[in-house]
Amino acid sequence: MKRLSSLLGATWRFLRRDKKAFAGAVIMLVLLILTAFPSWFTPDDPAAEIYSPGMGLSWAHPLGTTSFGQDVFSQLMAGARQSVMLALVVGFLCTILSVVVGISAAYLGGLIDDGLSLLTDVILVIPTFPLIIVIAAYTKNANFWTIVFVLVFTGWSYGARQMRVQALSLRNRDYLLAARARGESSWYIISVELIPPMTSLIVANFLSAALYAVLTAAGLQFVGLGNVNTESWGTMLYWAQNNEALAAGYPLWALAPGIMIALLGSALALLNYAFDEVSNPALRPVTNRRRRKALA
Amino acid sequence: MRFIVRRIGFLLIALWAALTLNFFIPRLMPGNPAQAIVANFRGRINPSALHAIEVALGIGGHQNLVAAYFQYLGNTFTGNFGVSTGNYPQTVTHVIGVALPWSLGLLGVTTVLGFVLGTGLGALAAWRRGGVLDNLLPPSFIVISAFPYFWVGLLCAWLFSLTLNWFPSLNGYNATVDSPGFTWTFAVDVLNHSVLPAFTILISSIGGWILTMRNNMITVVAEDYVKMARAKGLTPRRILWQYAGRNALLPNLTGFAMSLGFIISGAILVEDVFNYPGVGFLLLQAVGNEDFPLLQALLLLITVAVLVAIFIADIATALLDPRTRNNR
Repeated sequence: MKRLSSLLGATWRFLRRDKKAFAGAVIMLVLLILTAFPSWFTPDDPAAEIYSPGMGLSWAHPLGTTSFGQDVFSQLMAGARQSVMLALVVGFLCTILSVVVGISAAYLGGLIDDGLSLLTDVILVIPTFPLIIVIAAYTKNANFWTIVFVLVFTGWSYGARQMRVQALSLRNRDYLLAARARGESSWYIISVELIPPMTSLIVANFLSAALYAVLTAAGLQFVGLGNVNTESWGTMLYWAQNNEALAAGYPLWALAPGIMIALLGSALALLNYAFDEVSNPALRPVTNRRRRKALA
Repeated sequence: MRFIVRRIGFLLIALWAALTLNFFIPRLMPGNPAQAIVANFRGRINPSALHAIEVALGIGGHQNLVAAYFQYLGNTFTGNFGVSTGNYPQTVTHVIGVALPWSLGLLGVTTVLGFVLGTGLGALAAWRRGGVLDNLLPPSFIVISAFPYFWVGLLCAWLFSLTLNWFPSLNGYNATVDSPGFTWTFAVDVLNHSVLPAFTILISSIGGWILTMRNNMITVVAEDYVKMARAKGLTPRRILWQYAGRNALLPNLTGFAMSLGFIISGAILVEDVFNYPGVGFLLLQAVGNEDFPLLQALLLLITVAVLVAIFIADIATALLDPRTRNNR
């Protein structure tokens, strides 16, 4: 309990100091609330085609209606759930896979390292998006878990490579040698001694895998390879583009979902960037005080 | 030398893995879509086209998996990808041949431009730590990098084409007034049509170069030899480009290869938004038409292109930087 409160305190201090991280955290929080309680924010059933098509902006319809007569704002709010869930689930699974593969490779060494590294590098260099398109084309109307599977399969390798490099650099530190000399088990060494110093890299990894998931899934849904009958920002873009929303004079139908995707994406990217600055002090913004000190 | 041999070995293994993946994807999908596709086409198209699909998917009907696999490898190496069912009776090779120059032109120009501009801006931002460029560029490009490429394309099409009417937003050239050929008007037309797709890819991809270059540069500027150069009284311009810039550039070159796959992914959707007649547009059309021979060949083409580009970048890095040769 005490550890938890000190962790929360540290997070709060970090967020207060870093404007980028703060902005990212606030956006993320809002989107998480949207994900948990979409019905609080949707005045209408997002799928119901009950209004006149292509209405402009009004108080009743802050973003107008689609050419099917659905309320754009309600669709936008309801779409948060799928994108955020996808980001969290794919980010989580990719990170686990990266940690397991990267650390096993570094810790076990030898032939296992060679094999795992080769596998990582091969998956890393094969361009993933065309591959994902082809897989989705074969499965047709990919559901949530198909998309998750494909994104995890193609998205873990970059993280695994980074994990391996950092674990290798930690492997021969004195405190790890000491743990080994004490006769601790491999499990203990890996989980208590090796992983905690890598926390910031693991978090950064989660964030970039989540960002990858959001953007790639949006692209897939945009070309109609997701399930086009579910509520998500990507499928909104698909329907908007198929009905030529831009040319037909209701651009918000197409532009608003992109802005939401970008909000989620920027939140992840901003947090990631802030974490980068934590793990690499050289990148921290130059404050006036630090600059004066450097000049003196 | 040993390094180059290792890289060639890796290239071959990656190529083999891509080929094998390509072979197994249609078979591993639930419900065996390869069989379903062939069954679906049976009776609707003539036997030779059906055979072409079977060749592309590697299901000869009478042979076992191993024989099919080797037949598939043989067909791939001889460039025999069969007939495109969506563009019947044209061959897959012909259809791709028409689309390829468009993509090569678009991606070639935007990637080189993005790399040069982004690297330059990144170096300048790091050089003046805390300056206008340094405060402005990283945060704005973090946000821009969070926008999907295709959405930036939609925005550009809406703003610069539908609203302001500056540039055309569809197709590679105006087919009603122009025909492909080596004429001045056609060249201008093509250029005019490529402005928006190129701008979209440039805006979306340049942030990556800026950020990596800036971060490398910050590390390099703190090195002793840069201090030494300052102490010698060299001009700042010379230190920036000849000393620090050159060394910070190397990791960016490796990043170049890595991000190529990412840029190509984005370009596929950008081509789709602008109906730009390149490989990406073709890929998505093939998806829509269930043109699986074309789909498989395109996947292979893109993969091989990226793998070869990475290989070239690796070799270039090794030639430019002795350190990478030793420690791998």
